[in-house]
Amino acid sequence: MLAPVNHILGLTNIRRRRLLPVAGNVLVRVGQRVSASDVIAEANIATRHMLLDIRRSLGGASAAETERWIVRHEGDKVAAGDVIAEKGGLFSRIVRAPVSGTVAMVAGGRVLLEVESQPFQIQAATPGVVTEIYPERGAQIETNGALIQGAWGNGRVSEGTLLPILHSPDEVLTGEMLDVSLRGAVVAAGHCRDLKVLRAAADLPLRGLILGSISSELLASAAALDFPLILLEGFGRVPMNDAAYRLIVSSEKRDVSLNAAYNPPLGERPELIIPLAANAPSAADSVYFQPDQAVRIQGEPYRGKMGVIVHIRPGLTVLPSGLRAAAADVRLENDAVVTVPLANLEVIG
Amino acid sequence: MTSIVDAESLLAVDIGSVNTRALLFDVVDGQYKFLAAGVAASTHAAPFFDLAEGVHNAVTRLQEVSGRPLISLDSRILIPTQADGSGVDRLAITLSVGPEIHIVTMGLLADVSHESAQRLAATTYGTVLEKIGLNDSRRQDAQLDALLAARADIILLAGGTDRGASRSVGKLVELILLACKTLPGEARPAVLYCGNQSLSKRIQEVLGKQTRIHAAPNIRPTIDVEDLLPAATELSLMTIKQREKQLHGLGALASISSVPVMPGASAMARLVRFLSGLYDPVKGVLGVDMGSSATAFAAAVAGKLSLNVFNRLGMGSGLAGLLEQVPLSEITRWLPVDIADEEVRDYLWQKTLYPAMLPMTATALAIEEAAARQVLRLASTQMLERAPQLSMAFEPIFAGGAFLAQGVSPARSLLTLLDGLQPTGVTALFLDPHGLMTALGAIAPQNTVLPVQILESGAFINLASVICPVSRARPDSIIMQLRLEYDDGNTLRLDIRQGTLVPLPVRHGQAVKVFLKNAARGLEVDPRLAKGFKIYGGVCGAFVDARGRPLHLPSDPAKRREQLLQWSQAIETRRTA
Repeated sequence: MLAPVNHILGLTNIRRRRLLPVAGNVLVRVGQRVSASDVIAEANIATRHMLLDIRRSLGGASAAETERWIVRHEGDKVAAGDVIAEKGGLFSRIVRAPVSGTVAMVAGGRVLLEVESQPFQIQAATPGVVTEIYPERGAQIETNGALIQGAWGNGRVSEGTLLPILHSPDEVLTGEMLDVSLRGAVVAAGHCRDLKVLRAAADLPLRGLILGSISSELLASAAALDFPLILLEGFGRVPMNDAAYRLIVSSEKRDVSLNAAYNPPLGERPELIIPLAANAPSAADSVYFQPDQAVRIQGEPYRGKMGVIVHIRPGLTVLPSGLRAAAADVRLENDAVVTVPLANLEVIG
Repeated sequence: MTSIVDAESLLAVDIGSVNTRALLFDVVDGQYKFLAAGVAASTHAAPFFDLAEGVHNAVTRLQEVSGRPLISLDSRILIPTQADGSGVDRLAITLSVGPEIHIVTMGLLADVSHESAQRLAATTYGTVLEKIGLNDSRRQDAQLDALLAARADIILLAGGTDRGASRSVGKLVELILLACKTLPGEARPAVLYCGNQSLSKRIQEVLGKQTRIHAAPNIRPTIDVEDLLPAATELSLMTIKQREKQLHGLGALASISSVPVMPGASAMARLVRFLSGLYDPVKGVLGVDMGSSATAFAAAVAGKLSLNVFNRLGMGSGLAGLLEQVPLSEITRWLPVDIADEEVRDYLWQKTLYPAMLPMTATALAIEEAAARQVLRLASTQMLERAPQLSMAFEPIFAGGAFLAQGVSPARSLLTLLDGLQPTGVTALFLDPHGLMTALGAIAPQNTVLPVQILESGAFINLASVICPVSRARPDSIIMQLRLEYDDGNTLRLDIRQGTLVPLPVRHGQAVKVFLKNAARGLEVDPRLAKGFKIYGGVCGAFVDARGRPLHLPSDPAKRREQLLQWSQAIETRRTA
């Protein structure tokens, strides 16, 4: 059976593609070094238009007649007051641009002006070197370093110095732990269940926040933060897994980048990257379950626990809940062997 | 009996958001039978981004289970059946996977064409992001901005009865043209025109130069008539076209499929519509598919279909939609044990992150069963609001989806369905343990014999016959008496009290004739019971569900939990509660 993989690696090669959803401009070149928050591509998305009915304004008998009076072409930039159309004759009549914009269309005796647009930008989200360009869309960026993937993120990107402030994987984050010395840092902590604490983090402000878990009641507030928040385990009171905890604690004061993207259909998972000056092969993104794999368990009563697959049971196993499912025996870190459905396992590697 | 000479084996593949399922059908002893299923994780997302890997894995698993080679050495599905018996004759593919489709509806009048367009949009895996009508007070450029902001994949353009307004439809066409002119080719929405038929050809000519235009008969041919079926069929084709752009590997699979690839909900709906022609033309048939990301309800009465796809409402990632639409108390009211709200909320949100996760403990299972009930309540309530001509008096009801099909026991799946759907009248509930409904619906146009023989073969699990009287009588008062007449001549009389769930002494497969006596005033029940009506026992037997409609749960939490436990025990131990 195919196994979902969650990367928690001390050193690996990381390659990520960053693409615009529409055609735009790529701002980087192959070989260029970028940081996570650098904008690598952008597009202008028109958000407001103004339709000028020239035919009605100038009294044209037909669209063809009207179009002879229009002095602008598609793509022309106009300023407020610029002439758009002019009907000559003894008493010339003029239509002027009411606001500045770009002529998006001239057809049927009408002119469509694009008067507002919003830049849509994508950031690198991964610090590293640009290794490939996708014309008008984006680029691939590559780096080597430690990689920790999470379960949920609020979509923001940032970078900064990593300051773990948790003394154990399940420590609850309190307001007292967030002091001004953390301002501008990427903070790693255990569990947060208090909205006031999230607000305190936002007020400092932090450059990023990595948590083991939060109460799901804080989901909306977490999503609204304007710095990246990554949950390594998810929702509910769950300790940060030991592999991530050890890696984070040992990386104190390193420069890190956070990409809190969460879009499973696009394969986007939240990631903490700690760039390192060493080469490494990339880790497999897909594997099949087999004995001796390191795994993490989802779902009570073993939620968040790490272990190693000892044996994949044949057929279907009856679970304590009464459901029957494909399952494996997993040896936990305390040496206990428990039976877990394969659907509740993630390979860690 | 089917001639073996004409019989064709079938491999049906259904691609869901969590699992891909491969089903094998072939003729055994002159009749089509469902032989085996193989399941594997779907691979549309990371790291594969290609449906084919999941399909390959599911078919490989099916190969192992059935013992029939289905894949060649170079990893192709073997079509047709080879001389050595390997391979299959036909391949049918259905899918429910994919990002939600952005839909904009454009209709002339809010309460006529627009509402019909909304009901049409609900037949596929999409969300209506913007509505633009003739009585829209926004300027045309503001409407254009709204249309562009919606980033529509599909525009449903309705409007005008077949002899009605044409100029008004022209204004909406103009707006679409404006949008197309501002968008690059690949970003332009496809258009389904389903309005005034006298304009259809011209609209196709005009819009066809700018974007992909499909046409269907008018969804409102006259002001009093709504006919969504042809447009819904066209919309399902457009959905697949959209999926081919979004999902790598679908095009290659479609090229080897014997029938057009269909959205899973549409395939199920086709089967349900077919069945409605076989069963009671007054009561109709209901098909329910409760998936991970979406839930589909297909109801058909004498061939008239009402299909509702509830995107973002399901038992995996779709739990996010449930949590956003109902207060937590609507879910926790179904818990038979005391579980803190925080634990319930955290568990359900965590399940949206890990939709394949299975409940290992009794607590986790209780939370999921409570959520399942509320998903069914929400969907059935919304279906009845959209189609007020329907009621829950369907017979039979078919239900599928991994949560129900792989439940702890048929009894618990039965109770989940009774609590969630709250059917009325007399019905029989069937469980679809392998996702057969979509497969049979997909192949039906090419092979009309296969679906009928599979239905007759017992591949669907007959859960129970259930009599659901509706009464406003006081709790515990006798609302009716039933007389059961068995084939061996024995009879049994039962008093049915308001608020009770009563198992009838009927074994699996046993037939019994049921007569209604002494109905209380105001009792609503199937009129056939007065003259005697035959029911058949399912794997759970047969029941009278006199708990009331809508089901009333005690407001006191302790009493409510006690009541829920009693009902659960009644179903599992077959004792009255």
